[in-house]
Amino acid sequence: MENLNSYLIVSAILFSIGTIGVLTRKNAIVIFMCIELMLNAVNLTFIAFSRHLGNLDGQVFVFFVMTVAAAEAAVGLALMIAFFNNKESIDVEDVNIMKW
Amino acid sequence: METLFFAFITLVAIVSAILVITCKNPINSALSLVLTFFCLATYYVMLDAPFMAAVQVMVYAGAIMVLIVFTIMLLNIRVDATKAHSHKVVLGCIIGFFTLINIVILLMKSRVALPTGPYSGNMIKQIGHTELIGREMFTNFLLPFEITSILLLVAIVGAVILAKKKL
Repeated sequence: MENLNSYLIVSAILFSIGTIGVLTRKNAIVIFMCIELMLNAVNLTFIAFSRHLGNLDGQVFVFFVMTVAAAEAAVGLALMIAFFNNKESIDVEDVNIMKW
Repeated sequence: METLFFAFITLVAIVSAILVITCKNPINSALSLVLTFFCLATYYVMLDAPFMAAVQVMVYAGAIMVLIVFTIMLLNIRVDATKAHSHKVVLGCIIGFFTLINIVILLMKSRVALPTGPYSGNMIKQIGHTELIGREMFTNFLLPFEITSILLLVAIVGAVILAKKKL
């Protein structure tokens, strides 16, 4: 087993890549996938700490994160389909109806 | 040997994560994301959590990614090379880089507590990971587990209502 720090560094790198993706991409589905990537980086941190501390609470938390991610996928993709039906696009820059 | 394997998996995970945010076509991004999820499942196996690895592959790489790929194909978006990124690429990269630096500094400066819980690697191998997770979930975490079912119900209702033709 590798030591805890290497897993945390990997998790940090994946999280930062996800952040860059969220901030730079325009396609709403790709932004959504980057959010999933960030959630998974956090899951890796949870499981690494859980293994290190000999405590299973972190792994149960990962279950709840996965549940939230699944619910988010269902609702988020339904939102994107509704938006596409109205605007024929899923670029986040086209979401400007409420812009002042 | 295990260090080498860890390095290899890390390389694959990071390269595929970078491909997720650089590919022009959303389908390619989705497939790279599946590869990243498989690498994470490998990490979970290395961390003595085989049940979490199975759930990762089934729920994330299976269910959620099928939903995403299905939506991409349903919407049939044209790949427009010129409009893939917004103008804020440099700013976004700087912010992401600072996030990374921040976390690394935090990791360098902090000390981690010694093991406190009862679950050692040998115990997990002896009793079985699934059984231990199940025991934990249906005793200490029973109320959050029940609340999760309400969350899923709300998500189902919300998705059905949002996907209707007329809102």
